Amino acid sequence: MSLIVKTVTRVTIGIIFLFGGYIVAHGHLTPGGGFAGGVILALAYVLYVLAYGEKETRERLSMKWASIIESLGGLLFLFLAVLGLAGGYFFLNVLPKGTPGDIFSAGIIPLCNLAIMFKVGAGLFAVFLVLVTFRVAARKEEEE
Amino acid sequence: MLELNLLLVFMVVGAIIAVENHNLLSSVIAVGAVGFGLCVVFLLLGAPDLAITQLVVEILALVILIRATIAKTVPETYKGRELLAYGVTIIFVLVFGAFSYFALKYLPEFGAPLMKVSKTYLEEGLKKTGALNLVAAIILDFRGYDTLGEASILFTAVIGTLAILRLKGRKQEKETDELDS
Amino acid sequence: MFVYLSCVVLLLVGIYCVAVKKNLIKIIIGIGIMEYAVNLFLVILGYRQGGTAPIIQPGAANPILVDPLPQALVLTAIVIGLATTAMMVAIAMRIYNCYGTFDITKIRKLKG
Repeated sequence: MSLIVKTVTRVTIGIIFLFGGYIVAHGHLTPGGGFAGGVILALAYVLYVLAYGEKETRERLSMKWASIIESLGGLLFLFLAVLGLAGGYFFLNVLPKGTPGDIFSAGIIPLCNLAIMFKVGAGLFAVFLVLVTFRVAARKEEEE
Repeated sequence: MLELNLLLVFMVVGAIIAVENHNLLSSVIAVGAVGFGLCVVFLLLGAPDLAITQLVVEILALVILIRATIAKTVPETYKGRELLAYGVTIIFVLVFGAFSYFALKYLPEFGAPLMKVSKTYLEEGLKKTGALNLVAAIILDFRGYDTLGEASILFTAVIGTLAILRLKGRKQEKETDELDS
Repeated sequence: MFVYLSCVVLLLVGIYCVAVKKNLIKIIIGIGIMEYAVNLFLVILGYRQGGTAPIIQPGAANPILVDPLPQALVLTAIVIGLATTAMMVAIAMRIYNCYGTFDITKIRKLKG
């Protein structure tokens, strides 16, 4: 990809990250939630792969980290669910008030959104990276 | 609601174009147009959560589909059709359409649903969970078990895709590394 | 009634595409159209005349809110649809790698 595309990508990836994080963090106050924010995060990584090529992405964001983050997200969600079970019912009361504040507003819900964001974002990024790599390997085999 | 009807007609026309076109890339773009029309319809029906999610999911699905079909040596669709499959499908479609017309008359009118369960969610959602967004309160508090099931489906699909596309994993990677160095 | 019928028409277009077409990518597109139709039908069932989004705004006095339950069900369905589309495209790429074609009638005849 040309130099213009690479420079613009370097500038806008941070903004896309920030936007995804904002949608996840305010998931219990405004429309959005964990699923939409996770897919936006995966789209930021996809932009990086499309602009810089697949070789350089493999050096910086390896597949190992993607699987570790995805598994951690799933385990965090399960841990929060079991935590509620220990308290008696499925919910743990940490300031259950409707204040327009950010994190300490609705108990488990913001943390669950965070766990889902990790899981969805890392999973979809791993799927896209494997699809791109497979095509490049297939084309190399055809050239041989 | 005039704009809702117009958008629905646009979606049906876009779907017919996606099905009947001969060029694969045009079909993929037409199905993308249907998805974006669906996003605007969600916005008109009062579901902004769904509009955001549908928009970004549609973009990712388009990127994956275009990446799979571009630069293949055969972009055209295949000629000839099997007459038996064609005839049976047309008959089935007409019968299904007729039955559904009679069945849909029993549904409540568009715009006046009977909300027996949702009355509890609407009135006591804020008091019981403390979240202002009721849809997030439902999927993460009242029905959290369904979200756990969805997370496991996503996990299984990702593992499945990685397992399909990696059968010649390590040996091919070693060969390409030797070719590059 | 017109709104419900257009959902059914969209579903029937998807079924026709899956049953008649021979190209694998066209079949994947048909399954995608069927998913759009089903999600649309569920959300249409929950619309209230003159209603707004189900987000409580502190200060407004008793507004009419749309039914939030079908929206919660469709939210996960959309992301699951994306995951299954990705998996189908992965299988299609494997088939192209092995047989060299996307035509489903030729896949039956060759042996990989």
